[in-house]
Amino acid sequence: MPRTLFDKIWEAHSVGTRVDGRVLLYMDRHVLHELHAPHAFRKLQAANRPVRRPDLTFSAMDHTASSLPLAQQTPNAQTQAIVDAMREGSRRNGIRIFDIGDPEHGISHVVAPELGMVLPGATHAVPDSHACTVGGLGALAFGVGTTELEHILATQVLALARPKRMRIRLDGTLGPQVESKDVALRILSQIGVAGGRGHILEFSGPVARALSIEGRMTLCNLSIEMGSRSGMIAPDDATFNWIAGRPWAPQGAMWDEAIAYWRTLPTDDDAVFDKEVVVECTGLEPQITWGTDPAQVVGISGRVPDFSSVDTSKRAALEKSLAYMGLAAGDMIEGLPVQRVFIGSCTNARLPDLEVAANILRGRKIAPGVKALVVPGSAKVKRDAEAKGLDRVFRDAGFVWGETACSMCAGANGDRGEPGDRVLSTTNRNFENRQGPGVRTHLVGAALAAAAAVTGRITDVRKLVAGGA
Amino acid sequence: MEKFTSVTGVAAPLIEDDVNTDQIAPVGGGPRLNQNYSEILFLNRRKRPDGSVDTDFVFNKPQFARPSILVTGRNFGCGSSRESAVWAMAAIGIRCIVARSFADIYRENCLQNGVLPVTLSVADTEVLEARVLEANGATPFTADLENQRIVGPDGSAFSFELPPADRMRLMEGLDDIGLSLKLDSEIDAWEKRISIEMPWMQRAFQN
Ligand code: SF4
Repeated sequence: MPRTLFDKIWEAHSVGTRVDGRVLLYMDRHVLHELHAPHAFRKLQAANRPVRRPDLTFSAMDHTASSLPLAQQTPNAQTQAIVDAMREGSRRNGIRIFDIGDPEHGISHVVAPELGMVLPGATHAVPDSHACTVGGLGALAFGVGTTELEHILATQVLALARPKRMRIRLDGTLGPQVESKDVALRILSQIGVAGGRGHILEFSGPVARALSIEGRMTLCNLSIEMGSRSGMIAPDDATFNWIAGRPWAPQGAMWDEAIAYWRTLPTDDDAVFDKEVVVECTGLEPQITWGTDPAQVVGISGRVPDFSSVDTSKRAALEKSLAYMGLAAGDMIEGLPVQRVFIGSCTNARLPDLEVAANILRGRKIAPGVKALVVPGSAKVKRDAEAKGLDRVFRDAGFVWGETACSMCAGANGDRGEPGDRVLSTTNRNFENRQGPGVRTHLVGAALAAAAAVTGRITDVRKLVAGGA
Repeated sequence: MEKFTSVTGVAAPLIEDDVNTDQIAPVGGGPRLNQNYSEILFLNRRKRPDGSVDTDFVFNKPQFARPSILVTGRNFGCGSSRESAVWAMAAIGIRCIVARSFADIYRENCLQNGVLPVTLSVADTEVLEARVLEANGATPFTADLENQRIVGPDGSAFSFELPPADRMRLMEGLDDIGLSLKLDSEIDAWEKRISIEMPWMQRAFQN
């Protein structure tokens, strides 16, 4: 039977079937974070259950971490209690923690791949819906709830009903200043926020193959916005080269054995998917969201859509979205004034994202009145960026160069906008109030974010680079 | 976990699509270790943009203060994986959510917490939504898992199907971890086999 990438990983990790019909899927790696793990630690302790594989479990400190310089970080009683519980629970259970100030500190979905902890064909669980990011390496990742987290700690398996498979083929080639994020937003506008529900996605086709590994992670990161619990791209030589030599990657003979196995993973030619979608990417413009749902997307030269033909049951929600965003049907997106820019998050805060933005900011200044913040996805990204002098580029342009954290992505650390602010953000969710009460979020790639910081308006980065904006 | 056979009580209507977990359980005043989950349920939706109480919002209406059933639209619970978005429902007494469809992780989190996720046929959904709006909290509805049906105040019944595995878990209130640990020796055997066949999978930390 021809099999898909997903089938191969699923079958290799199926431990058995439970009496209720659920399959126990072994989790090769499990990364926790402080927002949810303390609850699970408490419940495990109450039930007197040990952590089965502390050696395959790691603790990140990302959601509540401060983006202020380390010396200026002041404890906040509320988040300090969470951080303390995380440290205590990790220590008690023998789990290695990537703590604030450690060289491995950062957003879990950025740190795990860069360490070589996540590998092609492996399974990965994180109590955070963007676990799917690491699908860019050809790993099958699951964002889990708190009860599932506790379950994995106790058993190292996840009990699942087998999901369906959906392939999204990305045809064509990408033009200048068009990034992986734009492709993801384009897919969202085509299939909607529930398009992938019940399915594991596989992104394929020439555009997926041509993306950098970081770009693949950006694309897979948005699988959850497409309604899917996970999305993957089959591993290839680019993947192996990216992993080779990373601190935790297999070495020597084991590396050769691993590669030989990884080469068997890509979907067989005649394998069948439950659902297939084709997205044409040639001619794609930089994309931007206009509403409060990540599928409400237009090209940068586009206008806010007109809903007069939409059926009335749906129109109310669309109008509510527009009212929140302070927009009207038919408005041009380009030219809208912007108060804040945020470059960061597990979606777009790896080194190439920072390079894209820095290339636009070099020799330019941000517009007066704009507040611009860049927060590297990990301490390693920050170090690598500083070694290349990118911090100077951002600072000289007028950006604040933050310590690694989730920061303004969800605002759990207090980094938020002011009510009414229009924010260009490289993150993944533009929900109402996510970046602060009344904050209007437009999701974009790093290039559009940098361009808007420079002009103080939503700007077609291609024109800015050509000297026309 | 509490066993689920049937629940009877007020059905609250929130007939909207794509209600996300940021709306259901906002991180609001910042994350905390000991949260009162009923306080965060739809915290921002309960207020108008000027900060005043939105008396038109369903959960602010006195008849919907302690509902047992929620009736809602498509893709309910999309967004983040936070389980607090189910705990907050359970905290005000909701044991059953009837949605046109559910986001995957949210549905799973419901099952983990003894909350019954139901989807009906499109035709039945429309009728049920109309009945729930009409009842306006005055007359009770029943979610009957044993017979897999929702029963309205006039006795009209809408049948649904839950996968047998999910039904069994809810009806027996099974401890999920205990259920999995019945396969403990299979887990051991898998680990032993893989550490020989693919040693890199069973070792995360290479020094
Ligand atoms: S950066 Fe945002 S989406 Fe990513 S893990 Fe942090 S809060 Fe979640």
